[in-house]
Amino acid sequence: MKRLIKLEHVNKAYRQHQALDDVSVSFDDGQTTVIVGPSGSGKSTLLRTINLLTQPDSGTLSIDDLAVDFAKPISSAQKIAMRKKTGMVFQNWNLFPNLTVRGNIMEGPTVVLKQSKTEAAAHADELLKSVDLLETADRYPNQLSGGQQQRISICRALAMQPECLLLDEPTSALDPEMETQVLRVLLELAKQKQAMVVVTHNMVFARAVAERIVFVENGRIRYDGSSDGFFNATDERIRHFLAGISLSEGSSMA
Amino acid sequence: MWEIIKTATPQIIAAGIRYTIPLTLLSFAGGIFLGVITALIKLVVPSGNPVKKGLIRILQGIAYFYVWLFRSTPLLVQLFIIFFGLPNLGIKLPAFTAAVITFSLNTGAYSSETIRAALLSVPSDQWDAAYSLGMTETSVLWRIIFPQAVRIALPPLSNEFIGLVKDTSLASSITIVEMFTVAQQIEAKNYEPLVMYMLVAALYAVLCSVLSLLQGWLERRTSRYAQEGDEAVD
Repeated sequence: MKRLIKLEHVNKAYRQHQALDDVSVSFDDGQTTVIVGPSGSGKSTLLRTINLLTQPDSGTLSIDDLAVDFAKPISSAQKIAMRKKTGMVFQNWNLFPNLTVRGNIMEGPTVVLKQSKTEAAAHADELLKSVDLLETADRYPNQLSGGQQQRISICRALAMQPECLLLDEPTSALDPEMETQVLRVLLELAKQKQAMVVVTHNMVFARAVAERIVFVENGRIRYDGSSDGFFNATDERIRHFLAGISLSEGSSMA
Repeated sequence: MWEIIKTATPQIIAAGIRYTIPLTLLSFAGGIFLGVITALIKLVVPSGNPVKKGLIRILQGIAYFYVWLFRSTPLLVQLFIIFFGLPNLGIKLPAFTAAVITFSLNTGAYSSETIRAALLSVPSDQWDAAYSLGMTETSVLWRIIFPQAVRIALPPLSNEFIGLVKDTSLASSITIVEMFTVAQQIEAKNYEPLVMYMLVAALYAVLCSVLSLLQGWLERRTSRYAQEGDEAVD
């Protein structure tokens, strides 16, 4: 399998707190990787690093044929070129409230990829249809439910035809029913071999989509391997983490 | 009394159309332009090479000084310095130009803070989302942040606009024959100060009321997207 994203010796400190401690990890094309770990473990920082929304103090990142060294200044042209390779989905979806649903999905393709409006609109409608939300195309995000908005934000990311989709707690702010809607979309994408890196607290979700699990704690990677291996691990830390999660399962984690 | 009102009203309205309204519109446009630029300068985080960083710091120093200066001195005094004072330095401006410059600078200083606050009130998540699509800083600002900031800035900016309409009456002190000047001139002939000043006050009120209606319409237009179901999202 082709290696798509590679992070090497990445460090990031916020004041006293070491969010990422010499992290080296890579992600493959066509694979769904789930990053799990306790709150504040650095998993979201890791994801934001790949999209260059957070700039680490040191280390390197390569995506496909592009590479940056975090110790050196990164030009905005470099950032844009790398961001085009990935698509980001946020916990609170962050749709643009001033644009219609279709406008949200067309924004990247028309402004960044310079696609024509007709082409971008056609593609947007196609994506909306695939998540059963075509009828919302002309409405504004604030008129829709969280589950609908999150599916639209997945469309917005996919419209850029990214090599890899990055999802930061995509279901944490949703109720179970909406969560299922989003999960269904992601399972379908996994089936189509869309590369995805998902940060989540939700173990049911992790079990359902993960081909590989990366467990992060205190800014370090403690486990990196198969999903089965993770859920049947004998390692005390992992068992402890999973036990804690199952206790709080069902309670709101948003 | 009705006779006075009947003859004076058209003259005051004519002065309004000839001076008050153009003075207000031009000054407000200039003020918003200055306000946006000043707000953006204040918001930039100095970065890049030392020369660029230094240049940004100098611009920010100028922006802070400008806002401080125009907010800490009376508008009437600013008007006098620019119209009566600057000729001593060889800068002689026509009264109307001097008024537009003064009112623009004054409005710019106040509106820059309104605009800065509005830009800051757009959640940083919006920047993240737009950046993640690969948009440039300029695209994010104009296409995503500004439209949302306008909605927030509109009510306080309308306040400033309506305030400016009334402040233009100060231009009467630098020989501009706007609405208040005309009222004064007529009063000097008919010795009816109560009627004349009540009349001109009423005409200012009419003008401001029309602008308030316009504000309501603009607010509805710019917040179309946030009207329905704003509370629906948990």
